[in-house]
Amino acid sequence: MSLPPAQQSALAPHGTEAAAIHDLTLVMTAGAVVVMVVVMVLVVMALRGSRPGLARTSLVVAGGVVFPAVVLAALLVYTQVKETRAALGGKPDVTIELVGHQWWWQVRYLDGEDALDFTTANEIRIPARASVEVRLKSADVLHSFWVPALAGKLDLIPGRENRLRITAQKAGTYRGQCAEYCGGPHAQMALFVVAQEADDFKAWRAAQRQPQQAGGQVRGAALFLEHCAGCHTVRGTRAAGTRGPDLTHVASRISIGAGILPNDAASIARWVGASQHIKPGNLMPDFGMLDPASLQAVVEYMGTLR
Amino acid sequence: MSALPNPAPRPPEELKQLERIWAFPRGWRILTEYNNTFIGALYVATAFVFFLLAGVLALIMRTQLAVPENDLIKPELYNQLFTMHGTVMMFLFAVPAVEAMGVLMLPNMLGARDLPFPRLSAYAYWAYLVGGLVFFCSIFVGLAPTGGWFMNPPLTSARYSPGVNEDMWLLGIGFIEISAIAGAVEIIVGVLRTRAPGMTLGRMPVFAWAMLTFAAMVVFAFPAVILATTLLELERAFTWPFFDATRGGDPLLWQHLFWFFGHPEVYIIFLPAAGMVSMIVPTMVRTPLVGYRLVVLALVATGFLSFGLWVHHMFTTGIPRLSLAFFAAASMAVSVPAGIQVFAWIATLSARKPRLTTPTLFVLGFLFIFVLGGLTGVMLAAVPFDFQAHDTYFVVAHLHYVLVGGMVFPLFGALYYWIPALSRNALSERVGRWVFGLMFVGFNVAFFPMHITGLAGMPRRVHTYAAGYGWDMLNMVSTVGAFVFAAGVALFVVDFARRFRPAGEKAGNVWGAGTLEWLPSGHYSNRSIPIVGSHQPLWDDPELARNVEEGHYYLPGAPTGGREALVTAPLDGKPQYILRMPPPDWTPFVAAVFTAAFFLLLTGKFVVPAVACGVVAIGAMLAWAWALDPAPVAPVDIGGGITVPTYMSGPQSTSWWAVVVLTMVAASMYGAAVFSYLYLWTVAPRTWPDAALLPSVGYPVAAATLVVLASVAFSAAGRALEAGRRGWLLAALASAVVLLVAGVGVEVAAHHALSPRASGYAAMVHLFAAIAGFFAAVCALLTLFCIVRAASGQVDAVRRVSFDNARLFVHYTVAQTLLGLLLVHGFPRMAG
Repeated sequence: MSLPPAQQSALAPHGTEAAAIHDLTLVMTAGAVVVMVVVMVLVVMALRGSRPGLARTSLVVAGGVVFPAVVLAALLVYTQVKETRAALGGKPDVTIELVGHQWWWQVRYLDGEDALDFTTANEIRIPARASVEVRLKSADVLHSFWVPALAGKLDLIPGRENRLRITAQKAGTYRGQCAEYCGGPHAQMALFVVAQEADDFKAWRAAQRQPQQAGGQVRGAALFLEHCAGCHTVRGTRAAGTRGPDLTHVASRISIGAGILPNDAASIARWVGASQHIKPGNLMPDFGMLDPASLQAVVEYMGTLR
Repeated sequence: MSALPNPAPRPPEELKQLERIWAFPRGWRILTEYNNTFIGALYVATAFVFFLLAGVLALIMRTQLAVPENDLIKPELYNQLFTMHGTVMMFLFAVPAVEAMGVLMLPNMLGARDLPFPRLSAYAYWAYLVGGLVFFCSIFVGLAPTGGWFMNPPLTSARYSPGVNEDMWLLGIGFIEISAIAGAVEIIVGVLRTRAPGMTLGRMPVFAWAMLTFAAMVVFAFPAVILATTLLELERAFTWPFFDATRGGDPLLWQHLFWFFGHPEVYIIFLPAAGMVSMIVPTMVRTPLVGYRLVVLALVATGFLSFGLWVHHMFTTGIPRLSLAFFAAASMAVSVPAGIQVFAWIATLSARKPRLTTPTLFVLGFLFIFVLGGLTGVMLAAVPFDFQAHDTYFVVAHLHYVLVGGMVFPLFGALYYWIPALSRNALSERVGRWVFGLMFVGFNVAFFPMHITGLAGMPRRVHTYAAGYGWDMLNMVSTVGAFVFAAGVALFVVDFARRFRPAGEKAGNVWGAGTLEWLPSGHYSNRSIPIVGSHQPLWDDPELARNVEEGHYYLPGAPTGGREALVTAPLDGKPQYILRMPPPDWTPFVAAVFTAAFFLLLTGKFVVPAVACGVVAIGAMLAWAWALDPAPVAPVDIGGGITVPTYMSGPQSTSWWAVVVLTMVAASMYGAAVFSYLYLWTVAPRTWPDAALLPSVGYPVAAATLVVLASVAFSAAGRALEAGRRGWLLAALASAVVLLVAGVGVEVAAHHALSPRASGYAAMVHLFAAIAGFFAAVCALLTLFCIVRAASGQVDAVRRVSFDNARLFVHYTVAQTLLGLLLVHGFPRMAG
């Protein structure tokens, strides 16, 4: 199994902000190409020695002062008038608090009163065509939330809260990645944003809200409590650690390891056994001391956390 | 055409004497040579070596990124690689390289025997060489910094980066900044005070204008980063929470301070390179630069504007929209002065069919790359676009287009252009075409695709990337381009090694250029100092070179019997006095090596050896300063009926100018500290105490009274000096030291109950006390130096430069300390 196809390009926009910026990008690129061509044509004419009349201060004033002043004033007005980033006024349809950690994303869904609804990690589900407010915080160092297909980025800064409104124009899977260098395996701090139809989102949200139902795999559950619960929470069990991602309903997610591995048994086994090889420097130790049967039991237990 | 100042034939022994005086010392003592031409050449070469080293780091990174999900290099090493690549390129290559080109070329270009403080250049160079090499070697032992060249806390705080890696940056770069400032002082005073007679500001070569602007920008920009690194090191070493949000600090304070330096920094690098282009272009078309005045205006305007757009590095931090609009406008505005220069070059190139020499090719490559980089810069200044492009490979592309295009290509052009003035052979034009071709093609193949890679969603500073997002092929192409570029650079190195021969006769004016650096010269620079009447004096007076060489212009010999420079008036270049320079000695070299050792040992927390090295460095500086204020000798005739003094004190002397520039550096740093204090107050006003909890008003009143009395005592010392009362002089100087130290002591004692670790506020209060203490210590040292000299009869009403310098600095320190008292004790009362 591999990770599902996902968009991570600002050049293929599917969010209102990304689409507006894409328009701006096309306009500015076209303008830049025209200016580049004109300047290079002037250079070539100079090299041919065919236009000695151009050697005048008036060319410097016209090309260096008047032309940029007019073009840039127009561009500035255009970028100020054109709405790209949605204003924060008005009540959003969904509110999410996103807390950056070295090197994963804690995702906290808030209810209408801004109280915690439930916590998940490294994956955000949103209803398509709805206004979603993402409140950005950091638990440690600087990070930046960037899902290029949906919107531009905004930083997560310790001691501050930044708010960003995103709207996905259609259902789909979009990948995002931390865009502010945060040390260590910064390159491997990704997340998926899944935009769903409203009903699907509602069902997902209701399911996530539920505590974990006990599955089979008694041995795996016991091993999980022994080895994993110090850092990971599984709501409805005694696992209540907070250093690492909340693993309640982890089996319903697309990826593990913060957007870097598909969520299947083989990947989970690799990750638990040797995450330091896959994502060097991440804060989870390797559990290579687990014998194959125990590892298998833990993996199977995690597979039941639907 | 004015009459020659010394029309008669010169005595034959005069040239021999000049050569003997300026000859390089032999053997190991060559390390004591401070002549700007010698130090300048080493300086350029060293900077170039760092360019190669940082380039190798880049090739390792490009190898890692050639294919997706590559595990050749682990993140720990990769993070060191990109941090070192950026840091070394910016601090150990780009800034020193342009500064070095100034040190190397300016004396000849201005017609000066030497710049006024050549030993300061030597100090700056040796500190840079030793410190830079040790800093670079940290990567071989895994101790290189990992915080990025911008070192954002809290990632770089002791909590998230406990090793010495980040200290290596903070202390290692700290003194390289000091070295840059030392060079800037030299360049400012040199450009303003050692130009050939007749070279008014309006006739000054554009490169000199660029270097003047460069140096002024260093003076105002570098102190902000020195302050920032000091704050971060204090936070790391003593947990003073300047940037810790949990205790009333703010990580964004670092970003403001860093980018207040960091943005001017890129123009600091670019302007001298633009100055080089403005020298090469007129030569290659044999026409004066079109729009000289506009180009000079553009250089200066860029300098000013560059201080108003640092926030464009922070568009995604959540800053309010109105501020964003202001900084977006300022960022776009800076393309006007860039546009002026580009069109001035195009207009000049149009005048006559240019010769397609290697320097011309590099200028053309520069025009293509830099204009493209400027256009993507305008795109990035549009705030919404930056929301997408910020911290992606688009920005990596943009910054390399403006920095490699705007600085490296002109620098290569300038090396090809000026090497005939420094070497027996010019470099090969045939090989030069290949060098240019490989570099130009390689550069564009490497960096153009990155615009797309970035917009396609790839962030920067990643040690690897996922396959299947459309980045794989683009990255492979970039890697291939990087190696082609490197091949071009390697070919240059080979040709340089084959053909560069600095000893003996020079290739000379192979391009038929018109400016003074092409006059025949020796270690003493020009045999006699010409009168300049235009921008291209060599074009306007075909006899100039011969007359200069035969000694028919000013100061054809060495009338005081030692090394000397002709100091001229800042506006019109009228001769004012002869600056005498002591012969080479070991003091600048020793001071530099031990300064570097001080900082490097501190990195490893070897406090006692570090302090010992610091003491040796200061001792060497004092010994060096001891020789700088020689007893006056009789005025000398420099020709043309002009007799000038050989000693100068007061506002006409170059040392007075240097101290004024130094106080500007200090004021700039203090301004950054005041900004930091007020900024933290806006972020965390709750940590500011009520007036009732502040130290009683008696403390600041007592401290202020004592430091003002120190100023009064120094003024009294001045009157005693003029009246020739040595006893009174010594007593007044000693009481000034005591009063100043006592005043600062009162301020330190005022805050004894407040722990600097308590909050950002508390840390700020102690910072101001510490700054006051540091300045008081410097003042005490300068004054004690003065006391010893006065006691030994080396300070009197005429020979008084040591005294004047100390007095100026003490008065400045008193004013600064009073401002600090007002802020620390007055502001909380006013705001609370």
